[in-house]
Formats: sequence, structure tokens, C-alpha cells
Amino acid sequence: MNKISRGLLALSSLLLILVYFFPLWRIELIAPQYPEGLRMFIWVNKITGGTEFDLYNINLLNHYIGMKTITPESIPELKIMPFIVGFLILFGLVSAFIGKRVLLYAWVLVFVLLGIAGLVDFYKWEYDYGHNLDPNAPIKIPGLAYQPPLIGTKQLLNMMASSFPDIGGYIAIASLLLGFVALIIDMRRE
Amino acid sequence: MKGVKRRKVLIGVGALMVGALLAGCPPKKEAVKSVAPGDVASKVYVPPGKHDEFYVFFSGGFSGQVSVYGIPSGRIIKVIKVFSVDPETGYGFTPETRPMLMTSHGFIPWDDTHHPWLSQTNGEQDGRWLFINANSVPRIARIDLSTFETTEIIEIPNSAGNHPSPYGTENTEYVVAGTRFSVPIPQKDVPIDSYKENFKGTISFIKANEPGKMDVAFQILMPGFNYDLARCGRGPSHGWCFFTSYNTEQAHTLLEINASKNDKDYIAAINWKRAEECVAQGKYQEMPATYYHNYYDEEKHMAVSEVKKSVKVINPKDCQGVAYFLPTPKSPHGVDVSDDGEYIVGGGKLATVIPIHSFSKMLKAIEQKAVEKEIDGIPVLKYDAVLHCELEKPCLGPLHTEFDGKGFAYTSCFVSSEIIKYDYKGCKVVDRAPTYYSIGHLLVMGGDTKKPYGKYAIAMNKITKDRSLPVGPELLQSAQLYDISGEKMQLIHEFFTVGEPHYAQGILADKIKDKVKKIYELEKNKHPYAVKSEKDARVERKGNEVHVYMTTIRSHFTPDNIEGIKVGDTVYFHVTNLEQDWDIPHGFAVKGSEDAEILVMPGQTKTLVWKPKAPGVYPFYCTDFCSALHQEMQGYVRVSPAGSNVPLKYYTGTAQK
Repeated sequence: MNKISRGLLALSSLLLILVYFFPLWRIELIAPQYPEGLRMFIWVNKITGGTEFDLYNINLLNHYIGMKTITPESIPELKIMPFIVGFLILFGLVSAFIGKRVLLYAWVLVFVLLGIAGLVDFYKWEYDYGHNLDPNAPIKIPGLAYQPPLIGTKQLLNMMASSFPDIGGYIAIASLLLGFVALIIDMRRE
Repeated sequence: MKGVKRRKVLIGVGALMVGALLAGCPPKKEAVKSVAPGDVASKVYVPPGKHDEFYVFFSGGFSGQVSVYGIPSGRIIKVIKVFSVDPETGYGFTPETRPMLMTSHGFIPWDDTHHPWLSQTNGEQDGRWLFINANSVPRIARIDLSTFETTEIIEIPNSAGNHPSPYGTENTEYVVAGTRFSVPIPQKDVPIDSYKENFKGTISFIKANEPGKMDVAFQILMPGFNYDLARCGRGPSHGWCFFTSYNTEQAHTLLEINASKNDKDYIAAINWKRAEECVAQGKYQEMPATYYHNYYDEEKHMAVSEVKKSVKVINPKDCQGVAYFLPTPKSPHGVDVSDDGEYIVGGGKLATVIPIHSFSKMLKAIEQKAVEKEIDGIPVLKYDAVLHCELEKPCLGPLHTEFDGKGFAYTSCFVSSEIIKYDYKGCKVVDRAPTYYSIGHLLVMGGDTKKPYGKYAIAMNKITKDRSLPVGPELLQSAQLYDISGEKMQLIHEFFTVGEPHYAQGILADKIKDKVKKIYELEKNKHPYAVKSEKDARVERKGNEVHVYMTTIRSHFTPDNIEGIKVGDTVYFHVTNLEQDWDIPHGFAVKGSEDAEILVMPGQTKTLVWKPKAPGVYPFYCTDFCSALHQEMQGYVRVSPAGSNVPLKYYTGTAQK
């Protein structure tokens, strides 16, 4: 690795520290009677509402369609993710210090794989919440599942559900892009 | 013969016609009845979903409440429960709110609200509280503007007809009270015709700056006149409050004649800083008196009453300089202080002029002892020594004045049914606008502060007649909105008000709207019977009392089936609304409730007391359309005969088979 790539790798690793301070993802529900919207933020280690009471209210509304209660304590990923991010930061910094090219390749590859794994995991959770419904729910519409989109916007009954990365997510994307830039620069300098 | 008769008839008819021509034509109705000219709709149009620029708080008069309107649209947005019970929400019926309406006369379910007053800091509205007086059983209430709920009520001892109230001071140090009806003080059984000898008035100062701590700081014993309206000074006149008086004749019967004899009555100028000194120096009498102070604790969702037993009374004879009288023609109603604090306008109902006093001249008159006479230790200053000017030929029946901050005053005139606008320094009328009909009070936005917003004036009329669609003999009162931003006042809107507003206060919405609460936090709920989760919902029996700790959340009650209640029991439904979502109240109504229904706001606990009289099964249900399954939000109480041994049992859902 040349100096620039090492610097970039160190920078992208350090950038990931910010991921602890901002939500990765946001899910927003807007309905005719919720013009102000209900929001849910997914962080590396927790799930929060847009207001103090949004999560409470989302769960309350979900009971009509028989969706399981979202309880952040029962989601094991939220306990593991901080360590995964910590590992990426440490791995990146050590690689930048050692400066071996293969480590840069490895870092980017691991990051990409972890990202994909994360999205797949997120999709599975969404699928479970959207399909695994209480048969005694008051509102039952044959054939309709309530799975929010992985990314994008979807109308679910009266709710316009949208799912997009939030600040932390964009930081992670920026960090990964910087890793790629480091890789390209390193390849060009050959 | 016949010919002579016909000729006489013809001459008579001819003479009538000539007479009619000489007298002119009868007035056309259109000339009397006015509508707003030109395109004014855009000035008052607030599109759906947009908010008004001003909150305006109207007193409800005989409704006992306060109503809130958005201006300029004239849309009603709330009725605040203050002195009258409200079976819709349970105010005054629930054990939590009954103490609010307790007085030394017992529980009073009604009153007559007159004058709202918004709290001020440095002479400007601060958007913290609204105060309002009760006229019949003398009281003052505080309304918290973060919830728009009444949170405190204090009774005024040694008083009757609390009309000149609450009109507070520049930093809300005090709100004031006075006796429209003089009475024996202390009360005693005397012949009414011993009025002159036995009847007295009082003017009271009530500490207002701390929620929960309203207290009658001191009262000033006054001659037995009728004290009508009040205003406290600002800027240079801060430290003084002014009260109009009429019936200085001290009549006790047929006042319309007997109290209209004197050419001049008085404005009482009270130096409350001097009164504070006298209190500090012990120049007062601690009089026994019984009066109530009621305070609603927002976290406990419950009011408590405290009974006070004495009050400090200052006799002006013992506290020189605390009070002066300013002669003012004739049976004055309003007494209003200009935004710069220098001019004091008296609205003499029967006067042919509007007298404008000067505060600085008053101070000079006091210094130079320009005194005409003394009444009960109160010096009467010389009229000419305190008068700035008399506004000539203003209108008929001037009542009440507000200011626009641009050097103009606006006075309502009942008899000639108009608002007049005048330069109060130059003493010159510049404009008049008719009102429909017989305006009582008027409001200029912020017109009683150091910095009026101006912009709009509102006429609160006493007679409605043909202004609205006919709705039978009993009509709402009409209100008209005037644009006063230009040289001429322009009528731009009309709407109808709840009860009979005797005054209103307007405030820029921005000063309040971001501070308003959407819900009560369940976590902070300290009601002794609150339950914060369904698993704690339960029913407990204590002898003949049954306490139901009930929760509501979309769309069910917990518990919703209750058995084991017996005839002769008193059932307390303590309903906690577990919702923490904006605008999701739940109602609770049970068949045969002799009190009311209740509306429970998110995070709140309220209690409905129910005494079933016959065995059977009684439904209860949610009265507020809360959700798609609102109609399913119901339950049953089984009531068994007295002495039966049906066990206490309660559940939601689980007992279904």
C-alpha cells in the first residue's frame, strides 16, 4: 500500500467510529391520521422512536394486524453489531499500520460481506414481522403481508411505509467507498 | 250632503299627502344594515390546515367558562372549563376536580366569568397563564396555557360581585379583585337601608406569580360604592392600579335612578407598593375570614382544597397614601391605561365626554395636595388637577378603551353602537365604525400591554337580533372583527361567541403554540389510583366501596368484565388512559351514572363514581371515537342483590371459551 491508500484506509476506519453516534437506518410510517409521521431508528445497538413514544405507538397500531411487538431487548443482532463495527475499525487501523496490500483487499471484502449479511438479516426480520401474524388479529386481509420494503417506499393499508439508510448508514457507505478509493489508488500506483 | 262629506275627505287626504312629503321619506332598511364593503374575504381567509395568527380568549359570561378562537378566521378551537361543571369531561363531577369548585358557600357548580387577563412580564404578554374572575362567588382562576386547563382557583373573602378583576400588574406580581356590590364587612345581619352606615367595599391584591401559591396578599377597605372595572399601571405608573366606582350615591334600591345622580363618581388610584410597605410595617388588621384556595396538581391529576382562615385588611386611614380618588364623570365603567403608562381613560356610561386623566399630573396633584375633600381617609384629588383633557362629543355610552401602540385609543360605545378611534394625546376623534349591535367590550390585540400588536379590533356585542340565522328567542352573541392597521377601521368579519363574552384577550400564537402539551406522560402520572400497565389492572373491595383500577388503550378496557358488585356498593372506576399518542382520548360511560361521563386524556387518570341501584348487567363503553374498533370498546358490570355471595371476578379476554 502506498501512503495515500494507507491514509485513506485509516480515515475510513476512523470514520466508522461515528456509526456509534448516529442511527444506521430509519423506517417511517405516514398515514392520513398521522401527518406528522411515526419514525423508528435502528442503531448499531438499539432501536429508538422519532419521539419518546413513537415505538410504543407503532407497536400499538401493529396489534390490529397481529404483528409481533418490536422489543429491542429481544433482538440479538443489536448486541453483536457494536463488536462487528469495532472489529472493522480495528482491522482497518491495523491494516493501515502494517500496510500490506492484501490486508486492504481483505478489509474491503469483509466490509462488503458484512454489509450484505446485515441487509439479508434485516430482510429476514422484516419478513418475519410482516408475515408471522397473530391469527386472532382484528384486521385480516387475505394475501396481504405487512413487510416493509428493504429500501424504498410501499403503501401498507393506510400507512405509507418507507425504509432508508440514516446518517450512520450513509457514514458506513462513505467509509466503504473510501476503502474502494484506497484500493483503486493502490492498484493505479502499481 | 254626500258631496260635502266627499270633499272633506278629499281635503283631508290631500293634507296628509302634503304632510308626508314635508316630513321626507321613511329610512330605508339597507341604510341601517351594513355589510363589510369590498373584497375583505382574503383578509380573514385562513386556508384549511393553516393556523391563525392570534389566539383570542373570550370570557363566557353566564356560561362560566372561557372559549378560545383563532383570529382572523373566527374559528372556535376550545372551550376551557373554569367555573361551571362540564358533564362532557367530568369537570366538577369527578373526585379529582370537585375540589376545584369548592367555596366557603359549599360546592358551586356554576358562575359568571367576566374578564380574561393574560400574564405579563415587563408589561408584555408572556404566554404562561390566563386569569379570569368569577363574579357571583368572588373568585379568580388560573388557566395553564401549556394544557389550556384550569389549575388553580382562589376565593376572595370580604367581597361580593368580583367584577373589577383580575387585571394584573406588569410582571404578574398581583392580580386584583374588588367589590361590585358593597356588603357589610365582616358580613352581618343588618337592615338593608342601613347601607351608608354598614356597607363597605374592598379592593384585593392576590399574589399570582407562582402556580399553586395564589394568596390574598392584602385587602384595602373602601367606602361602600360599587367598584366596576380596573387596570394596573405600566412603565411609569407601575406600582399603581386603578378602579372605577359608581353608585357613590350609596343607593341600595332602584340603582338605575338612585345611582345616576352624581355628576361625577371616582376612579380609585391604589398605590400597591405603598400597601406593601404598610403591611411590612404592621399597619393592617388580621381579619378572620373563611375562603378556599383550590389547586390542581397536574402530575397527580387531582385537585386539593385548602381552607384559609384570615386575611390582612388595610384601612386607608392607617396607611396614608395608599388610595386616592380621581373625580370622573359619570358612572364610569372602564378605566384603561395607555401603553406608555401615562394616560388613564375613564369610560363614563352616562357622560357626554370621555375624561382622560394624566398619571404625572396625578402625582403632582398628590404632591401639591390638590385635594377637594376626604372620604373615609381617602383624599379626593381636584378634577382639573388630574385631568389631561376631555374628549368632546365622543359617542353615547362609552364603556371600555384599548390602545394600538400608535397613539390611538379605541372606545366601545354601547348606546350609539359604535367604536370610536381617537388621538388621546391630542384629544380628537379621528374615526368611527358602527357595531351590530350595542357593543359592550372591545379588544385590540395586545391593547392592554406596553407593546400592543394593533392590527385587529374585535367588538363583543350584547344584541344579536338579525345578525345570524334565526335560532329561536335565545341567541349567541355576535362579534365583529375590524382591521385597524389603516387610517380607517374596516369591518372584515363576523362570528358568534359562546355564552356572553364581557372581554377577551388576544395573543400572538407564536408566544404559546410551541409550549402546548400534546399528552400527559404516563411515567409522570402520580395519581394514587393510576395503573400504568394492563397487568396491574384490578378490582379491590373495601367494605361497600369497590375500586376498579381500569386501563384503556385502543380498543379495549382492562378489565372489561366485572362481577361481584352488589346493590348498595359505591363503585369507583379509576380509569387510566395508557395511550401516549396525540389526540387519542378515551371516554368512559356507564349506564345509570348520575354524575357524568368522563373523557380521559392520554396518560391521565380520572374517576367516575357509580352507585348501581338494581341487580342486573350494566354495559359501559368508550364515548370518544378512538379507533376503527371504537364500537367494540365496551364492557359489562354484573350487579347482584345486596348480601349475595357472587365472588369478585374480573378479566379482559381470558374468560372467553
